[in-house]
Amino acid sequence: MNRAALMVLADGRFPAGGHAHSGGAEAAVAAGRITDAASLEAFCRGRLHTAGLVAAGLAAATAAGGDPLALDDAADARTPVPALRTAARRLGRQMMRAARAAWPSAELDALAAARPRGAHQPVVLGLAARAAGLTPLDAAYAVAYENVSGPATAVVRLLSLDPFDATAVLARLADDLDRLAADAAAAGARYPAEGPRILPAASAPLLDITAEQHAAWPVRLFAS
Amino acid sequence: MITAPTTRPSGDTLSAAGLRATARILARTDAQGVTRLPVLDGSGPFALRRLGFPGPQARVCMVGAMSAPLGGDRLAIEATAEAGAQLHLTAAAATVALPGRTGDAATYDVRLTIGDGARLDWLPEPLICAEGSDLWMTTTVELAPTARLVLREEQVLGRTDERTGRLHSRLTVIRDGRTLLDQETAYGPGVPGWDTSAVLGGHRAIGQLLVVGPEYEDAEQRVRLLGGAAPERLDTGGGQGVLAPLTGPAVLATAVAPDALRLRTVLDEAARNLPG
Repeated sequence: MNRAALMVLADGRFPAGGHAHSGGAEAAVAAGRITDAASLEAFCRGRLHTAGLVAAGLAAATAAGGDPLALDDAADARTPVPALRTAARRLGRQMMRAARAAWPSAELDALAAARPRGAHQPVVLGLAARAAGLTPLDAAYAVAYENVSGPATAVVRLLSLDPFDATAVLARLADDLDRLAADAAAAGARYPAEGPRILPAASAPLLDITAEQHAAWPVRLFAS
Repeated sequence: MITAPTTRPSGDTLSAAGLRATARILARTDAQGVTRLPVLDGSGPFALRRLGFPGPQARVCMVGAMSAPLGGDRLAIEATAEAGAQLHLTAAAATVALPGRTGDAATYDVRLTIGDGARLDWLPEPLICAEGSDLWMTTTVELAPTARLVLREEQVLGRTDERTGRLHSRLTVIRDGRTLLDQETAYGPGVPGWDTSAVLGGHRAIGQLLVVGPEYEDAEQRVRLLGGAAPERLDTGGGQGVLAPLTGPAVLATAVAPDALRLRTVLDEAARNLPG
């Protein structure tokens, strides 16, 4: 039990660059798919059970001692569009800088050397969790929570949504987050013995399509 | 809320009502470079018809001989193009997943194996998930380093004016021992978040066109927005999609649309705009 380290890692103010990304919310707002708290909640629930589940599984498998480079390849195979692979690696590079400062470790150094342009963010976070003495379940929680808190925070800025309403959306997703983190951690625990097929690979076609639309915008508030 | 089972039904579960059938196709080139079909073995719901005259490419059409898959069925197709062979597979009609008598899920497993210098085109008609159906599908492709693949997959959630059944599908593509693409889709009653603006946004037809081949190794691969996703068209009422390179010698088009017809229009646009 190492609760304080989890709070440091999962803190929205942890300097890992997440505030520059909307998790697809900026494109969804522009398309009229997110207009209020209810539509934000639906978007977040869909994102959580697809991209969030995949990311949480990768983080848990890394925290469970899986080979980070193999898991980085598994992340590529689960990310079919370049805009999202680029975003995940940028976030991974930023997470790496913050994690090496917070919890210096030989494993983080080795991954940074092997992937100088950045590994996928959930893999880096899983390794950071290991370095901080956290469990695979902790890593799954941190990734899954960030997966919905990012869009919720972005929509407060994009739509001038009431921050109280955005926080209430996150609170209503808590049961989903609990179940999903447990599922991701269970898959992650089986990864070292069973390999990548055991990890979730849930896809969200609209997130993939709109990520590339968004990347082609000449002017945007968020990087992804 | 109904909770979806998170694991597929075991192959060992004997279901008295269910059908078990495996179709097998083996393509091999002879000394003259003609692709022969030493194994062309349909069974149960699969009737296989060879089309056209013998040549470098063997064309086979899957003719649905009966309605399938029904709940409880265990169906499989195994197709292999050995080194240098060219095998082109199509279907005469859509596949409709229907509920069975027992409420059991059905399984449908497709396994494609492609040798060096060989090419396999897997172009079935759409899979339609009728109300009350529950299908677990896997498509697993293994390619040798210089193998080529063209694969189209279309899923339609419910017949006209009908709610959808439940579909779990996983597509895994392995090339030269490395996983190029691994994707799961889960739609329908009890699946959390499937009918949301992050996943389908009200669309009821989902499709992919995957093309793998050594010619995509170094080719300049730009992203192309398709249908209503393209900036000059921005029409979210129709189909939309994206054609983009994977990490490896492959491109993938992903599309969503209100119905099968408009989905095919987007995938055909992708096929006309493949790089190279």
